[in-house]
Amino acid sequence: MNAPVQPQAAPVQPPEQQRYADLLVWGTRVGLLVVLLGFAAYVSGLVTPQVPVERLPQLWTLPLHDYLAQTGTPTGWGWAALVGHSDILSLAGIALLAGCSVLCLLSLVPLYAARGDKAFVFVCLADAAVVLLAASGILTGGH
Amino acid sequence: MSLGRTAGWIATLLALAAALLVVSPAHAADGAVAAAGTAVAWWVWPLALFVVCFLMGIVAVPAGIGGGTLFVPIVGSFFPFHLDFVRGAGLLVALASALAAGPTLMRGGLGSLRLALPLSVLAAASSIGGAMLGLAMPANVVQMLLGGVVLGIVVLMFVSKKSEFPHVDQPDVLAQALALNGVFIDGASRRVIHWQVHRTIPGLLTFLAIGVMAGMFGIGAGWANVPALNLLMGAPLKVAAGTSSVVLSLVDSSAAWVYINKGAVLPMIAVPSVVGMMLGARIGARLLDVLKGSVIRKMVIGVLLFAGARALLKGTGVWV
Repeated sequence: MNAPVQPQAAPVQPPEQQRYADLLVWGTRVGLLVVLLGFAAYVSGLVTPQVPVERLPQLWTLPLHDYLAQTGTPTGWGWAALVGHSDILSLAGIALLAGCSVLCLLSLVPLYAARGDKAFVFVCLADAAVVLLAASGILTGGH
Repeated sequence: MSLGRTAGWIATLLALAAALLVVSPAHAADGAVAAAGTAVAWWVWPLALFVVCFLMGIVAVPAGIGGGTLFVPIVGSFFPFHLDFVRGAGLLVALASALAAGPTLMRGGLGSLRLALPLSVLAAASSIGGAMLGLAMPANVVQMLLGGVVLGIVVLMFVSKKSEFPHVDQPDVLAQALALNGVFIDGASRRVIHWQVHRTIPGLLTFLAIGVMAGMFGIGAGWANVPALNLLMGAPLKVAAGTSSVVLSLVDSSAAWVYINKGAVLPMIAVPSVVGMMLGARIGARLLDVLKGSVIRKMVIGVLLFAGARALLKGTGVWV
């Protein structure tokens, strides 16, 4: 079953795996860039934050419920309306990181469909649906 | 890269991080005075977090353990942050590591998308439930359970056997129908390895349970994914480790969204953690040949043992 080979005979990975990897690289890069830009603006004080850094030591020890009550931080997608604040911009980058897999998964659907691989069309859509369900906030009551 | 140059890189990065936080106008504005009601200035903890995560990232690679597994018990036990925020950041640490490693592993054939996707559906769905459950439970209960899980991981690290190339006679019906197989070149032997898996249904059920733990504790789940893929389903060890990253990227994405939607992700905790861990992991990967893996692994087991016991005692109120 296993045979010795020359290094140049490396097996080519399936095209869907290549496409997924390529898109994931870009999704991660964009997400990290936004995270770092937002964070740099946050610690430098160049852009007004939603929660000032000086208040953080009194807040990050609190349970989540108390933290939200004291800062007025919105739940669900409420943060999207505050993306002009530096800390929320950083959070937007984190959301990009957590969401970039959806685009990668959906990009595979045409490839599997063209090959008639219905099982993996379903699997990709199911995977994407689970992440989208989590992102929607429907289950957490914060939408 | 020589050790001297590596040490230089580490020192430069630490100095840059320190400079960024210390000279920032926001910091200057408060005149380096401690925040009201606290003993230290606000920037001390994020800086300490960055340094600790950087060091964790360095040792995580040679120890063969995910950075997220180290992050939650250590930061949850020894930093002042509430456990809700630590778990949110822990998930992001594990997610960022998986996103960074996944593409390379998939291109090299060590991460199999075809094997990862069906397992991810159930694990990602259950991680949502785990995250919701974790955020709904009292912190001391989660802390106690976390302590138990971390001590369980220590036991697993001690007793778990690994099989480089498990023998799979015949794939099961589901594995055959989904064509859960692949091929890669083993770097050590330069041989083309064809692989297939079996016990797909038990594997799916195991990943269902793994997802709950990943979401509830925010510790990533490579420690559980790899044995499940390797020992239970029969994937070669390297494919198991690579595919675990791809599974984690989807599972942690779903769980992370629960924490984001609940407001449990604080950029001031998450960002230094993610950046520190990613930079440390790059150094750790380069030091792989220099550091003695078995020594690092024993050291990490010792730290986990201490952090797990600390979490357990903190949760029970014995050592708050």
